[in-house]
Amino acid sequence: MGLELYLDLLSQPCRAVYIFAKKNGIPFELRTVELLKGQHVSKGFLPANSPQKVPVLKDGDFVLHQSVAILIYLSCKYQTADHWYPPDLQARARVHEYLGWHADFIRGTFGVCLWTKVLAPLIGVQVPEEKVKRNRAAVDRALQLLEDQFLGDKAFLTSQRVTLADLMALEELMQVVALGQDVFESRPRLAAWRGRVEAVLGADLCQETHSPILNILEQVANKQLPPPPPEAHQSMLLRISRIP
Amino acid sequence: MGLELYLDLLSASCRAVYIFARKNSIPFDFQFVDLLKGYHHSKEYSEINPLKKLPSLKDGKFILSESVAVLLYLCRKYSAPSYWYPPDLHTRALVDEFMAWQHTAIQLPMSKILWIKLLIPMITGEEVPAEKTEEVLAEVQENLKLFEERFLQDRMFITGDNISLADLVALVEMMQPIGGNHNVFQASSKLAQWRMRVELSIGPSLFWEAHNRLVKLGEWDCSTLDPLVKERIVDLLRKFK
Repeated sequence: MGLELYLDLLSQPCRAVYIFAKKNGIPFELRTVELLKGQHVSKGFLPANSPQKVPVLKDGDFVLHQSVAILIYLSCKYQTADHWYPPDLQARARVHEYLGWHADFIRGTFGVCLWTKVLAPLIGVQVPEEKVKRNRAAVDRALQLLEDQFLGDKAFLTSQRVTLADLMALEELMQVVALGQDVFESRPRLAAWRGRVEAVLGADLCQETHSPILNILEQVANKQLPPPPPEAHQSMLLRISRIP
Repeated sequence: MGLELYLDLLSASCRAVYIFARKNSIPFDFQFVDLLKGYHHSKEYSEINPLKKLPSLKDGKFILSESVAVLLYLCRKYSAPSYWYPPDLHTRALVDEFMAWQHTAIQLPMSKILWIKLLIPMITGEEVPAEKTEEVLAEVQENLKLFEERFLQDRMFITGDNISLADLVALVEMMQPIGGNHNVFQASSKLAQWRMRVELSIGPSLFWEAHNRLVKLGEWDCSTLDPLVKERIVDLLRKFK
C-alpha cells in the first residue's frame, strides 16, 4: 500500500496537506474521514492508536500527525521545488518563525467560526455571544498582524516566493471567509496575496479543495447536514467548552 | 556585535533556547528582557521584535523570533550534534510532529497551571473557580498520557537513545507549573524517569540554573508588577471564569 492521507476538506490543515500533495503531483490514496459524521471518533476510519484528529499520513507502517510535520515530510521525501521549504538557513528560519506564530495566534482562533455557526448548533448548543465577539476581535487582531508583520510589502508571507507558510495561512483565512466573515474585501494587501497564492496553485485545484467548506453555510440553510452521532458529542462538547 | 539572545528565563520557550545554546557552547550575549516589569512592551524591545514576544535572536542584522525557529537555526548554524534534530526522515518527522503539537497540547495548558496556581491569586487576590482548575488539570493529564503513548513509548528519549530538541522543549514546558508548586511528574513514574534522563543529559547544574528564576517566582514581590502586565492578568482571570 502506498501513501495514504486521511483528510476531511472541511478542516483547514487537511486542505493545506491536500493542496500541497496535489499541486506537487504526489501520488496518494485519499482516505476521507468525515468529521461531521463523527468518523474520527469511530473505529476503523483512522489508523490504529491515532489521536482522534486529522490530517494523518500513513506511509507503509509509518504514521505521522500534525499538518506542519506532514508538509515538511512530503516536501523532503518527494523533493518538491525548493521554494516550498527553502534550504537556505535564514529563509527556512522565516518559515518556521511564521508557523510558530501561526500555531499560537491563527490555529484554533480561526477555526472557532465553524463551531459557533455550524457544529455547536448541530448538537443544540449555542456558543455565548460574548465568546463570539471575543473571537472576532482575536481574528481581526491576528489579520492585522499577519498583514503588517509578516506580509508587509512582500509577495508572500516569508519571502518573494510561496512557501508552506502561505498554504497554512490561506486555508485558515478561507475558513473564516467560508463562514461569512469578510477578510479580503476590506484588506486589499491580503486580497492581492491570496490572488498570488491561488495563481501558483491554479484555479481548478483551489476550486476543488475549497468547495466543500465554501458550501457549508448553504448546506446548513437547506438543513442538509445530519446531526453528528452521539459518540461524537463528548469530544464536541469539550472542544466547545474550550472556546475562550 | 555577536549573537544576541533576548530572554527571560521565566518563559519556557526562553529556557529551551538558553539551555540549548549553553549546552552547545554557542557564544552569545544574554539580553535580559524582564517580563514581570513589562519590558517586552518597551519601545526598545519593539524595535527588536514588533510582536513583543520572547525569545528573540539577533545575529548581525538577522532578527528571528519563535523558539522552534530559533532552536532549528542555532542547531544548524552552529552544527550541533545530529541527535538534536536527527537527519533520518522518519525520526525528524516525529520531532517535527512534537514541535507542532506542543504549542496547544503542552505549552499552553502547562502555562495555565502556573497562572491558576500562583500568578492569578498572587496578583488579583482572587482564586480561579475550582471547576476551571479541574478542567485544566484534566486536560494536562490527558495530554501527558498522549505524550507518553505517542512520543515516549518504550524509548529512553523521544527519538530513541539520545536527547533531541523535542525532549528539551517538552521538559522545559512541563517544568512551568513548578513555579506554582505543582509537579506534573508525580503522576507517572515513566514520565518522572524520562524527566531525570533529560535533566542528566543537559547537566543538572545548567538545568537548575536555567530554572532558578521560575523556582523563585513564589518569592517575588508583585507590588513591583508593571500596571500594563497587571491589567492583562486581570483580563486573563476574566477568561477563566
